[in-house]
Amino acid sequence: MTETLATTTAFGRPIKRKEDANLLHGRTNWTDNIQLPGTLHMALLRSPMAHAQISNVDVSGALAMPNVVAAYSAADLGDLNGGVPCVWPVTDDIVMPVFPALATDKVRHVGDCIAVVLATNAASAEDALASIDVDYAPLPAVVNMEQAINNPPAAVHDAAPNNTCYVYNLGGGFDEVAAKADVIVKRRFINQRLIPAFMEPRAVVAAPMGMSDEITLWSSTQVPHILRVLLALVTGIPENNLRVIAPDVGGGFGGKLTCTREEILVTQLARKLGRPVKWTETRSEDMVATHHGRDQIQDIELAATKDGKFLGLKVTLLADMGAYLQIITPGTPLLGMFMFPGIYKMDAYSFKCTGVFTNKTPTDAYRGAGRPEATYAIERIVDEMAAELGMEPMELRKKNWITHEEFPFTTVAGLTYDTGNYEAATAKALDLFGYDQLRAEQKRRRDAGDPIQLGIGISTFTEMCGLAPSRTLGALKYVAGGWEHCTIRLLPTGKCELITGTSPHGQGHETAWSQIASSILGIPVEDIEVVHGDTGRAPYGMDTYGSRSLAVGGQAIKVAADRLVEKARLIAAHQLECAPSDLEFREGVFYVKGDPSKSQALGAVAFEAFTAHNLPDGVEPTLQAESTVDPQDFSYPHGTHLAAMEVDTETGKVTLRKYVCVDDVGNQVNPMIVEGQVHGGLAQGIAQAMYEGAVYDEDGNLMTASLADYTLPSAADLPSFITDTTTTPSTTHPLGTKGVGEAGAIASTPAIMNGIVDAIRHLGVNDVLMPATPQTVWRTIQSAKGAR
Amino acid sequence: MDHHVSVTVDGTVYSGTVESRTLLVHWLREGIGKVGTVVGCDTSNCGACTVLLDGRSVKSCSVLAVQADGAAVTTIQGLATGDEWHPVQVAFKECHGLQCGYCTPGMVMATVDLLSENPNPTEEEIREGLEGNLCRCTGYHNIVKSVAHAASLMGGTK
Repeated sequence: MTETLATTTAFGRPIKRKEDANLLHGRTNWTDNIQLPGTLHMALLRSPMAHAQISNVDVSGALAMPNVVAAYSAADLGDLNGGVPCVWPVTDDIVMPVFPALATDKVRHVGDCIAVVLATNAASAEDALASIDVDYAPLPAVVNMEQAINNPPAAVHDAAPNNTCYVYNLGGGFDEVAAKADVIVKRRFINQRLIPAFMEPRAVVAAPMGMSDEITLWSSTQVPHILRVLLALVTGIPENNLRVIAPDVGGGFGGKLTCTREEILVTQLARKLGRPVKWTETRSEDMVATHHGRDQIQDIELAATKDGKFLGLKVTLLADMGAYLQIITPGTPLLGMFMFPGIYKMDAYSFKCTGVFTNKTPTDAYRGAGRPEATYAIERIVDEMAAELGMEPMELRKKNWITHEEFPFTTVAGLTYDTGNYEAATAKALDLFGYDQLRAEQKRRRDAGDPIQLGIGISTFTEMCGLAPSRTLGALKYVAGGWEHCTIRLLPTGKCELITGTSPHGQGHETAWSQIASSILGIPVEDIEVVHGDTGRAPYGMDTYGSRSLAVGGQAIKVAADRLVEKARLIAAHQLECAPSDLEFREGVFYVKGDPSKSQALGAVAFEAFTAHNLPDGVEPTLQAESTVDPQDFSYPHGTHLAAMEVDTETGKVTLRKYVCVDDVGNQVNPMIVEGQVHGGLAQGIAQAMYEGAVYDEDGNLMTASLADYTLPSAADLPSFITDTTTTPSTTHPLGTKGVGEAGAIASTPAIMNGIVDAIRHLGVNDVLMPATPQTVWRTIQSAKGAR
Repeated sequence: MDHHVSVTVDGTVYSGTVESRTLLVHWLREGIGKVGTVVGCDTSNCGACTVLLDGRSVKSCSVLAVQADGAAVTTIQGLATGDEWHPVQVAFKECHGLQCGYCTPGMVMATVDLLSENPNPTEEEIREGLEGNLCRCTGYHNIVKSVAHAASLMGGTK
């Protein structure tokens, strides 16, 4: 199709977004805006305790409150109290306990649901919660993962007496190469628990649709298609009678990639009561009830020769599942399993992950899902190895990374990286950063004993985007596939509908997908309507997560558009009385080769296809084409991120002085959107390093249960970023694109932490816990001094 | 106890009764259907609900509807003049200062107030000035650019 990607095409241009006009004028359709007649508002009684036996749940007091229509405990709901599904049983002997929407006999985390109230307005439903009686018999809270498995204070689930959900092993051979190694560096890294904290709190509305048997569900979800399948399985409502709509959705970051207990309850109660039911969470609910992310204890060993050649890597993880398994809770750490070796060549890789139950909010996907944890571990341990060997950390990386001539390259973890050019991205980043000058300043400050020390943090990362192909997912026991769908319809009026199975919530798909289709079809971007997020209008899809939308969905757009052109070619050839092969398609018009005066525009072909008065034999009316693509492989964006960190050694205060990143995401559909995705990812990754962390006390209470306590960064907490790109097109993707949604979040955390450690390594520090608050850094410096 | 309120919102006078505890944002959304203004938290942290109350920005979750009685409220839905976008709206689009758009109503209204107070803010003043408005998508980089661009579009005049 290169002939259609002419210089005037939209592909690759920083076109301003179509989405913005409505968003900037408040013409929006968030789920909470939906007000249907007769709606009942749902409120949930949530457990104030992390672990307790519950009994005598009595909702009669709530029923007596004004405007309350119904109230239920788990016992009252009986079979309607569906279980939250988990679709990734990672091992044959995994313990997969039931996750009831309303707790039946025990509550297992603060925020677990106990009873539900429905009232004619939200405030009355909330008021009535205080009138529900529950007897709690507290049980010891399981909070610490190591204690949970080695010396359990209690079992979170009876089926797992030592709180072990599963043990997963991959690879091997580390001990053999370690025996030959000159140096083995071993560190324990803590990748702390994070909260997605999308700005739009979750909301759900379910409504029986009158004369039909259909129930329509509006939800602030990333995954309307997956949600429809799962709700059908959980509730027994025939899938064909469920329509799931994701209207405007205000961010997700993995936090809305799931099927929640609240979605199940709203659906079941709308069905039971025969009227619309609505629930909108408060932020305070969100902090304890929406799944969290990360939360790994990582024991990492890297073996090398004395001249710095890596021999092998050993990764031993404890991964906190929290109290229950949600959609991909057990698989989330395993999404990082293949990425621990990063961009480096080595001979052996041993991986072991133990999933652990605790009395905390369930974990699941959060921006990067497994890959940030892996990247953190490898990029931190490489810096530690450099320090051990006395080598410059960038030189050590260069010595071990896959060079651009070596692609495609099969890593020790078994993935085949199709392309990459780490040298090019690094050279550009070093230049933008002023690496040598900053190293010189660092030395000056160190020599002078400056209280403000400078550190340089490096992260040379890669990631895998676009969870696919489906057969690989099957081999990993992931229950779903990794394909994506697109249908393109050319309407007789010349307008175009592009129906995608992706489900955007800030990524700008309406603009970017229009650009891809426009470049192939020659139709103006503004004449293309992207239809998404509604199983009634866009029936097939696997939705948006894991940087998959362009990596997978983009391929489906290209194939569908190419097919549409081929069908149109048959019709145009018939109209122009020539053979299809005699036509050339250029910027939306078919021309007869050698006779440019004879031509037909695609819009005219669409009208002919609509009237169907004069179609060639065997060609069906209407001009549309569809495609469902199962990609050949993952794609592998990469990049080099550099952070200049200042640490006040007297107070522990850390300042991010300069951040440079050069990402290689292959061909870019819209560089403006790419840059925006990188910025947002950087902020989240930097926040993990410097600000955020979900902290529990020993009784299992979340101590960071507001946005302020959690320290979600504001504009005043972050600098502007210097971003750039190199372009090494993917060879497994027909558009040469890769994926960008998670890059910034994956790469930036180790860059910041390497910079902080680099600033104070001369004080005897070789690790700092995240988030690197002044208190944590100060204490780390003091204890290092004490140890010397 | 119910109270009578009369508030001018985006140029139109709305009258009705509200409970004492009704927050301005809930009255805007549920009382008069101004759903362009949104709720992002229940702890006054996020600023998504920011509107102008008699020309100054407030978090409408931190104002009771009765406190707005007799006042003029401007929301994101009343910022443009007919088809003509406010320069802050123009700047946010041109600089890609929004992604999911949920923080945007509050971010834009806070910016309007910031620029009325300080027509030529430095980057640091922009960052400090928007400290009460949280965004999870943009990393603030392009929001800061948008505010600076809006300031230049407005010619530095109050």
